[in-house]
Amino acid sequence: MGDFEPKIVAFCCHYCAYSAADLAGSMRLQYSDNIRIVEMPCSGKTDQHVLLRAFEEGADGVYVAGCMEGDCHFLKGNFRGKKRVKQLKNILDQIGLGADRVEFYNLSAAMGPRFKEIADEFTERIRNLGPSPLNKSVKSSKGGDVA
Amino acid sequence: MIIAEQKPMETIEEFIKDYKKVLFLGCAGCVTVCLAGGEKETDLLATSLRMKRELEGNPLETVTYTATRQCDPEYVDGIANYVEDVDCVVSLACGVGVQFVAEKYRNKIVFPALNTKFAGGTVEHGVWEERCGLCGDCILHKTGGICPIIRCSKSILNGPCGGSQDGVCEISKDVPCAWHLIVEHMKELGRLDMLMEVQPPKDWSTSRDGGPRKVVREDVKIDE
Amino acid sequence: MSKSKIERLFDQGEFVVSCEIGPPKSTDAEVIREYARMLKNHVDAANLTDCQTAIVRISSIASAWHCLEEGLEPIIQMTCRDRNRIAMQSDLLGAYSMGIRNILCLSGDHQKFGNHPTAKNVHDLDSMQLVNMVKRMKDEEEFCCGEKFKNHAPKDFFVGAVANPFADPFEWRVARLEKKIAAGARFIQTQCIFDTDRFVKFMDMVKERGLHKKCKIMAGVTPIKALGAAKYMKNNVAGITVPDELITRLEAANKAGGKDAVREEGIQICIEQIKMFKEIEGVAGVHIMAIAWEELVPRLVEESGLYPRPALKE
Repeated sequence: MGDFEPKIVAFCCHYCAYSAADLAGSMRLQYSDNIRIVEMPCSGKTDQHVLLRAFEEGADGVYVAGCMEGDCHFLKGNFRGKKRVKQLKNILDQIGLGADRVEFYNLSAAMGPRFKEIADEFTERIRNLGPSPLNKSVKSSKGGDVA
Repeated sequence: MIIAEQKPMETIEEFIKDYKKVLFLGCAGCVTVCLAGGEKETDLLATSLRMKRELEGNPLETVTYTATRQCDPEYVDGIANYVEDVDCVVSLACGVGVQFVAEKYRNKIVFPALNTKFAGGTVEHGVWEERCGLCGDCILHKTGGICPIIRCSKSILNGPCGGSQDGVCEISKDVPCAWHLIVEHMKELGRLDMLMEVQPPKDWSTSRDGGPRKVVREDVKIDE
Repeated sequence: MSKSKIERLFDQGEFVVSCEIGPPKSTDAEVIREYARMLKNHVDAANLTDCQTAIVRISSIASAWHCLEEGLEPIIQMTCRDRNRIAMQSDLLGAYSMGIRNILCLSGDHQKFGNHPTAKNVHDLDSMQLVNMVKRMKDEEEFCCGEKFKNHAPKDFFVGAVANPFADPFEWRVARLEKKIAAGARFIQTQCIFDTDRFVKFMDMVKERGLHKKCKIMAGVTPIKALGAAKYMKNNVAGITVPDELITRLEAANKAGGKDAVREEGIQICIEQIKMFKEIEGVAGVHIMAIAWEELVPRLVEESGLYPRPALKE
């Protein structure tokens, strides 16, 4: 367990979290290198199915980061993203992966340090949870004509 | 449109527990609009069950496809190649679609992933309400465009009953009294007089009570 | 009040005879009472139909009460067409309180065939569920919803159901009978039998599954009154089969002596059938359906050698 390095996918809104990641970079802030960032046009664009596929493809944890409440570039996208993540938590519980492996965060483009904090905090959470149960077994599942 | 709702995941999992390769068949008709059985929901369900089965050590192979309409033979015919090499089908269509698929592919068992709820519409995103009781003999011209057959809990034709209070039905504070709405609306229209006529017992033979129904339009039938 | 008379007669091993009384389409209870007086010594019990063919008549329970008053044991029929589970249970309690013990559970003819074809139909429960509901009321002492009786449960109901050996799919008929027995049916009355060969086959299948040991099966018979009626039933009534030989016999009688001869031949056929059924292993009784010809029943019983009727042993 000690040498477990979680694979984490962060779906980051272009207008806040993605820019905050940039800022964290320019500020030379060292954050968890377990994070793989996917840039999204809005946190409200994150489809539950895409988040789920990230798990199926090997992620140990997934989070979505959107704008501060009230500051969404598309007005309400972040609220919708948050609700979808909440619902995905139910699905993860039913599947047996556990709701804690997915999360939704709010931050702004100016919050470079907060970006680092979230990345480290979530990595630590997943490190404590251990590898995704799906990654413990040899993967053999096959999808049909889904991407 | 027809409004449907997905069955609990465990129920669907139980249906297919003995099958290895399953077609999850969505429908691009009503159930896509009511977010119950369109492409997105089909992929999400298939992926969820695939992962669950993987975790349970009983791997599941899934095929997903969303037909234009499962209630139309030409689109049901078109899925033959998908149905051919799976062990069973999970249909995310309404009850009509499930039956059309089961009738066409008699050697495959077809499981319903949805509960077909009612004929209704979207009142806001994520909220759907029943509006039509499919009685086969519309009386909306008599009731201000509000259907008491389905929106009154007792299907009363000369309402409201004594259980109507503050505009809500006795069965729940969340259910508006259809007859209250009818009276209000007819008052607005200045046609309360229309409600004074005693409505005689309804002919239910055009409804479900008369047995399975059929509509035939000779003028549009295509004779080969 | 204890167990029903026919339940006790069955327990005694007697070959039980029942018949059917169609209540009138008016308030004239004297019709029922007259039949009851006429039949009470010749049959062990009589069915009171529940608005048969969906035509409004005196209710089966009220009719049963008139029979009881006249000393004829009633079997109330209860269909699923007109009442939901609340009304059915309420009526069952009422019936029991009046001393009615036998209940025959049926789906009921579709209202399309009756005099109120535009009515709603209920079918909240089906006949199988109705059988089971009554069984639970008597055996588990609980209502359909699971709530227990605090006292005075209808413990001595005698629950019956019907079986139609002539409806399709044929192989499924016996399986369905088995289901009804599992649901709680203690006696069965069959649809009227004209095709005796098919009935014999049906009984063979019944015996293969041992069903005749789990419930009392009463063979249904109907005397044919006219050649036209036989032909009509053959061609137009779903769930009844009339073999060609029978039509031939009636036609021969018609040639020889006209209407009256047909009538007599119909009666003879019916008597032959009753005698035959009495000898089939597993047939525990006969149910005579002579609707609108109730006055014939005593003669049928007498000439079939089933008269006098056995008494209850104490």
